[in-house]
Amino acid sequence: MPGSQLMLHLLLFSAFGIVCVAGAVNLLVQRHPINSALSLVVVMGSLAGEYLLLGAEFVAAVQVIVYAGAVMVLFVFVIMLLNAGEEEQTQGSRVAVLFGVPGMLIGSLLLAWVLVAHSGTQAVEAGALPGPPKMLGWLLFHDYLLPFEVTSVLVLIAIMGAVVLAARPESAKREH
Amino acid sequence: MQGQTLSVELFILVSIIKIAVAVGVLLTAVAYTVWLERKVVGHIQNRWGPTRVGPFGLLQPLADGVKFIFKEDLTPPHVYKPLYIAAPMIALVCALTSISVIPVGNWVSVAGVHTPLQITDLNIGLLIILGITSLGVYGVALAGWSSNSKYSLLGGLRASAQMVSYEIALGLSLVGVLILAGSFSLREIVDAQAGTFWGFIPRWNIFHGGQFIAFFIYLMAAYAETNRIPFDLPEAETELVAGYHTEYSAMKFAMFFMAEYANMITVACLASLLFLGGWHGPLFGPAILQAVLPIFWFGLRVFVFLFIYIWVRGTLPRFRYDQLMAFGWKFLLPLAIANLVVTALVVAWRS
Amino acid sequence: MVPLSYYLVLSGVLFACGVTGFLIKRNIITVFMSIELMLNGVNLSFVAFAAQWHALSGQIFVFFVMVVAAAEATVGLAIIIAVFRTRETLNVDQVNLLKL
Repeated sequence: MPGSQLMLHLLLFSAFGIVCVAGAVNLLVQRHPINSALSLVVVMGSLAGEYLLLGAEFVAAVQVIVYAGAVMVLFVFVIMLLNAGEEEQTQGSRVAVLFGVPGMLIGSLLLAWVLVAHSGTQAVEAGALPGPPKMLGWLLFHDYLLPFEVTSVLVLIAIMGAVVLAARPESAKREH
Repeated sequence: MQGQTLSVELFILVSIIKIAVAVGVLLTAVAYTVWLERKVVGHIQNRWGPTRVGPFGLLQPLADGVKFIFKEDLTPPHVYKPLYIAAPMIALVCALTSISVIPVGNWVSVAGVHTPLQITDLNIGLLIILGITSLGVYGVALAGWSSNSKYSLLGGLRASAQMVSYEIALGLSLVGVLILAGSFSLREIVDAQAGTFWGFIPRWNIFHGGQFIAFFIYLMAAYAETNRIPFDLPEAETELVAGYHTEYSAMKFAMFFMAEYANMITVACLASLLFLGGWHGPLFGPAILQAVLPIFWFGLRVFVFLFIYIWVRGTLPRFRYDQLMAFGWKFLLPLAIANLVVTALVVAWRS
Repeated sequence: MVPLSYYLVLSGVLFACGVTGFLIKRNIITVFMSIELMLNGVNLSFVAFAAQWHALSGQIFVFFVMVVAAAEATVGLAIIIAVFRTRETLNVDQVNLLKL
């Protein structure tokens, strides 16, 4: 039994991981921003699957509800409203692709080699994280209360800033 | 938890059977909710509904299904094809997936297998439903944009902005119930509503838990989430032709249609589970009847909720778009937060 | 049992894809989405470490990262809308002078 559980864990990790990386590469390859946005939603969904494998069920749910279901909807709205078309290839972007992609490939291969060789093969079990969301709530409201309150003020500032920045200038003029 | 651990093959077999039964029942329920709506709205408007096809028009959904299959599936040339085809599928998949965490009864023993009447009992079941509802917005937004027509784009943007706004009020109205039950698992929330108090009043969250304001907030947010009257401006015929599904015909339109009614049923099931006590009701009779009666009580509550949905549809006029957004953000959201604060204070004071 | 390094490699790959997108893309919204991809990669490594050390604080930090990312996306997209209104373009190569 444990052997097949091991295999299942590795299999699920690889499945979600491949979908994740495919979505990330698709984001880079696609020319129209709406396709990139939808690939990013796929990446977030498969990351939610990875979080579930690690046992972080509440974080996985919040990832789907907040990140994939609200932040990315905002991105999709803006892409639809501004009617962004496909991108053109300019001189600067050709240079960037020529140097950037091989550079990042080499950098990431180096990083991967360092990580696999040196960080040790301590294994993480499936569902390793403890506890129901209750414990997270306890931590959030006892040990991390100050960051929580500060973050809520930050969100309020962000809302006010977004409303002011995106408001039409004519409506401001009409009031005066 | 209860139950013996099943072997892997038996677990998969039982799950497949449960999925098949649940999908079958859900699709039939969707078809007959359409029939119910046409009959009830018809009677409210002082006319018969469908009466020709079968007794009381009961075979009308069958006729509608045949019509949708044989209708010409026209794809306009100016649409963005990949998303045009994917959007109704996204909407339908999200609408049908929510049924997987909804419990309809107690644990039963069928042929020696002890299993709950639910496809899977996750301990974040409620959050899964909220997450799937959030993903359903993509179906609407992408349908509106990919149709490449101004009515569709405006309708799609308005509908998705409305859905995103009312999701917040929906989620916050449920937090009061979560505080009372102490868990996200739908089965545990229902189990916390068993029994009666003061002798005969059942301990549903709407009475004993004091969540009647939360129930009404949930009701109104649910009408807005599922784009039903009085919040159906984005798809009203007199306003935006047909909103985001203007350019869709035949099977794809049928997918949107089914998704809307499946969302209604999911929301009705959730309201029955969280506020009206789930499947608890008087149990009597032999053992087989006692296993089936909870399903009947649950179905009765869902039917009552759907009837209220349809009744409101036949009675109220629709909101204008700015009235709709103001209602969601300036009225329902502060009220839901106030309900949450009061519930938390009462629970903390009692313990 | 999946070794921790596999999770870190996946997180590193996502981060590298985010940086690549930030460098090579010319549409301002896609650049923004690459930033979100980088943040997601970092979230994954936080949760992986939290699972290894059985500490819940890693998940708390993930919440804060998500909230900050949401706030940043909001304000950033509002700025993009404002820039689009004046410059009529979403190409970063054409938004390179302070004067129109």
